[in-house]
Amino acid sequence: MIEVLWHGRGGQGAFTGARLLGAAYCQREGHHALAFPTFGPERRGAPMRAFTKLSAEKIGDRSALETADIVVYLDDTLFSADACAAQLRDGGVAVVNSPRDFALPQVLSFDANGISGELLGRAIPNTALLGALVTLLADLSQGEAEQAIRALMPPRLHEKNIAVLEAALERFEPKARSAGAAGRFSAEKGGAR
Amino acid sequence: MGEKRFLSGDEAVAEGVRLARPQVISAYPITPQTVVVERLSEMVERGDLVAKYLHVESEHSALAAAIGASSTGARTFTATSSQGLLYMAECLTYASGGRYPIVMMNANRATCLPWNIYGDQRDSLALLDHGWIQVYALDAQEALDLSIMAFRLAEDPAVMTPVMVNLDGFALTHTYETVDIPAQEQADRFLPPYTTSNKFDFEHPLNMGFTAGPAYNKYFKYREHQDLLAVPAVIDQVEREFAEVFGRQYPGVIETYRCADAELILITLGSIAGLARDVVDRLRAQGQRVGLLRIRYLRPMPADQIAEAVAGARAVAVLEKDVSFGAEGSVFTNVNSALQQAGITVPTCNFIGGLGGDDIKADDLATVFEELGRITEGEDVPAVSWIGIDGAWAETSPYAQEGDGAR
Repeated sequence: MIEVLWHGRGGQGAFTGARLLGAAYCQREGHHALAFPTFGPERRGAPMRAFTKLSAEKIGDRSALETADIVVYLDDTLFSADACAAQLRDGGVAVVNSPRDFALPQVLSFDANGISGELLGRAIPNTALLGALVTLLADLSQGEAEQAIRALMPPRLHEKNIAVLEAALERFEPKARSAGAAGRFSAEKGGAR
Repeated sequence: MGEKRFLSGDEAVAEGVRLARPQVISAYPITPQTVVVERLSEMVERGDLVAKYLHVESEHSALAAAIGASSTGARTFTATSSQGLLYMAECLTYASGGRYPIVMMNANRATCLPWNIYGDQRDSLALLDHGWIQVYALDAQEALDLSIMAFRLAEDPAVMTPVMVNLDGFALTHTYETVDIPAQEQADRFLPPYTTSNKFDFEHPLNMGFTAGPAYNKYFKYREHQDLLAVPAVIDQVEREFAEVFGRQYPGVIETYRCADAELILITLGSIAGLARDVVDRLRAQGQRVGLLRIRYLRPMPADQIAEAVAGARAVAVLEKDVSFGAEGSVFTNVNSALQQAGITVPTCNFIGGLGGDDIKADDLATVFEELGRITEGEDVPAVSWIGIDGAWAETSPYAQEGDGAR
């Protein structure tokens, strides 16, 4: 199983990102996913978490994650190196939406807001972050991510979000490759390589 | 044929109900049920579902209106949760005593006070005695399938009893997973339109909602009881026919997993059984003879099936998200009675957990099996343990360390 922990603020779309990832992963026969948020009254701007669990087998554990293989930050004000290190499992990777470079080997940052700002006209980073996850996951393809966008978003948003996905793949992949993280994770193979 | 979609449990229920073609939906929104009735009202608005959607002012009115609709011979659906279900309680016995085959989805949620919107099973378990069939879903697929099967079961002429389909709040209602949505023609083949003589009809007038005094009351109640006792056989038949049409076979009133040669068996209900299955596999891989029994239908009580499944065990645990204050978990009481009636003397103990949305972790379930192991070695284990607080958890619990100061 590969487990992904999303940190965002209410209204940023962390749960949509978690659902997109789960829906994308389930496009392939035999793949299973669960996606859920930290439950509770939603408050715009307040820190919240969401979770995606990916597996080649049916998933029984519906409990929230304390640690994860991949930790995603939709907002770099939520990132702290110590908390992140405590949440990452061995071989894990953090993806931070930020123009800054955190100079930590397991932390990969890229400007997802910049990409969505250019192409959507608004800073909605979740589709760009889905692109980053396509890069990190060996058993998830760009085509499957596109299918999830088409399945979960209204038709008028399809083409723009697919453009965001492509742009994110282009910009994130070189960083992931140089860090040796591209394709590192595979739920089919049971975790991080 | 059907299509696969990534849905929450609430959305899966709405899809199942749409396929069942209810003629009347009467509901009042409450977290975590709200999405079910939002989706259904959207379907009615778009014309995807031809039904009368009644916006009512309370849960009491929701079920009262559903009873009225059902008494005209309409297939009727409602949904609620927690305080909403408790507010309906007066109407529950009108529906069951009147033999109105209403289907209700209940999102299992804590009951106040303290106020809490998260999942546990105190709401429905408090109402076991109100004459409704109660079934508990494992995952979103089962929730969808039960939403269709429940109408077949409720409307069966030998049953004519309302069905409450229970989904764990948030763990099921708000968790997204892949669900196979059957085609309408499959649903239509499985579930014909509802016909009944138990309705207001000018051509065939009959007395409904009547009084029965001391001389006759007992006969109605006896009949209600006998009819419920006969329901498991109908469930088996409905599930066989469901499998023929939809290709998914459900296991009847209970589901056993690796119980055949198990020494230690965990009995539970609802979505936590998914995690329990993983833990059973983990412990089996270590050579431990453990098993899982998931109660699907709690009313009627699957007493014989449970007794048979655990007859060879050396210790049995009942894990439930509820407590009858001052007594023990209600499922535990029911299971113990079933075993005692069957003459099975296996030692049992009760674990209360998951209250108010608290996560039950894999390690907690491993601890439950450790406690069962201790029983077989002759050690004392409390009859009732609260996960994370007392019993095996006492040493690590903030409550035990700080006593009342932890409040």
